[in-house]
Amino acid sequence: MPAISPEVWTAVRLTIELAAVATVVLLVIGTPVAWWLARSKAWWKEAVAAVVAMPLVLPPTVLGFYLLVALGPQGPGSLVAGLWGGRTLAFTFTGLVIGSVIYSMPFVVQPIRNAFEAVGERPLEVAATLRASPARAFWTVAVPLARPGFLAGAVLGFAHTVGEFGVVLMIGGSIPGRTKVLSIAIYDYVETSQWREASLISGGMVVFAFSVILVTIAIGKRLGRAGT
Amino acid sequence: MNTGGSISVAFSGRLGAFRLDAAFTAPAGGVIGMLGQSGSGKTTVLRCIAGLLALDGRCIVDGEVWQEGLRLIPTFRRPVGYVFQEASLFPHLSVTGNLRYGLRRRTTDKHHGVSFEEAVALLGLEKLLGRSPRNLSGGERQRVAIGRALLSQPRLLLMDEPLSALDPQAREEILPFIERLRDRRALPIVYVSHDIAEIERLADHVIVMREGRVAASGPLKSLQTDPSLPLFTAREAAVSLDATVEALDETYGLAVMRVKGGSFTLPAPRARIGERRRIAISAGDVSLALAAATSSSILNILPARIVSHSTSGDYDIVAVLALGEDGQGDRLLARVTRRSWERLQLTDGTKVYAQVKSVALAGSRR
Repeated sequence: MPAISPEVWTAVRLTIELAAVATVVLLVIGTPVAWWLARSKAWWKEAVAAVVAMPLVLPPTVLGFYLLVALGPQGPGSLVAGLWGGRTLAFTFTGLVIGSVIYSMPFVVQPIRNAFEAVGERPLEVAATLRASPARAFWTVAVPLARPGFLAGAVLGFAHTVGEFGVVLMIGGSIPGRTKVLSIAIYDYVETSQWREASLISGGMVVFAFSVILVTIAIGKRLGRAGT
Repeated sequence: MNTGGSISVAFSGRLGAFRLDAAFTAPAGGVIGMLGQSGSGKTTVLRCIAGLLALDGRCIVDGEVWQEGLRLIPTFRRPVGYVFQEASLFPHLSVTGNLRYGLRRRTTDKHHGVSFEEAVALLGLEKLLGRSPRNLSGGERQRVAIGRALLSQPRLLLMDEPLSALDPQAREEILPFIERLRDRRALPIVYVSHDIAEIERLADHVIVMREGRVAASGPLKSLQTDPSLPLFTAREAAVSLDATVEALDETYGLAVMRVKGGSFTLPAPRARIGERRRIAISAGDVSLALAAATSSSILNILPARIVSHSTSGDYDIVAVLALGEDGQGDRLLARVTRRSWERLQLTDGTKVYAQVKSVALAGSRR
């Protein structure tokens, strides 16, 4: 059996790196957003929820187009890139992370928000009557009780980032080692009639998707038993 | 001792269609029982005292201002303990974890606060410590919740119908503990309930809530003999008396218990001499006679004087009696028919014999 080309391994490594970084950023940004959406009584919070959820229905190319404009040399992204001497965030790893975070946000925020809502008011009231400050109540009561939501959000955010194509193609192009992730690689191999590589990666993705879902269900069941 | 202080609250505001406009001042010592039907605003007042609900008003506990107008000290800065109707233990922590969550070191004054070991012993939690709240019975959970609240070393304990979700056996498990807590007199308790028997057993001071307002506030005994209140007019109108066990008759399982102006003989198989217990006597169990019956199956026939009376319904009269020949003792209620009242020519000041068909330890009546 012929060896897998180093090019494929580069794409695998890049994809995992991107998904891991994006997931961390997603959790850091998504958790306060989910908390606010779960707890706020502001009448306009559903408008914010709609903005967060928009990538679910927007064609990825539309999102990718606006991101390209924003991250490109004429957009605000160039100012950020200027901080480390770059000219643009488009076609860079950082640009891919930003795109992935926006694109996968609803998959992280929604389960965490639902979990926070399921925790309800009472445990936090109990914590307050036991002299826990709001911050302490958040970390010692709300977060542990919302654990299944965090797990679901992290897994979905990671998996969804691994699978994205449209946004990456628009803002990342296909630079090996920098922006050429697996989904792009499959496309390129098909374009250049390298069917063996394309089917290899595609098969790997099917196995990956199946395992992710299976593991999530299994852990969710265990947490569900432990959490009620 | 904390008995010198007082709790003074006033809250008003709207919650949907419900309007609360409640104010009272009560001594900060022993148990303040808050009685009322569901929807009368008891829990709302309790949540306002804890700061869990922000309504306009004022809340001063033992000289400390917790709320003035709309300026509130947040709940987590108030030295308040709260026991909810459902135990609401943290499911992700063990019993020990729950108990320790709000644990604070007690102040140097030994009269205040409890240590972890004391709370565990008082509430009988030794065997539960390593367990998860999921595997506890309702009564066990509520005991842990009480211990958890106590260990945050509150200066005021709020209890919102802590027994109403429990079966009678579990209630009996917990009531003596609340009585012990009350008798230590170190921690004032506001105890909300719709159950008159519970309030009669536990409370020293009673606040009657009705439709978002305070219908009455005063010491338990004076409210029980006030004709305008539910404690008096209810079919189960009764008085609670603090009694001391004076003698025991083990053959018949009876105890003689002294109150002011007389003594009662009642079944109390596990009483100890010298013990202080609260007894309850229903108005319907007391009838009146002008002479002491000598050959009767009724154990308790005591001389008394009629202090006042009022009509109850169309055909009944409820009389307030003072025990003793001189009419200086504790007060009782007697429900008699109007026919008997007129036939015996009873009126205020008449010397009578109260025939008490049944006396019981408070709280075990029903």
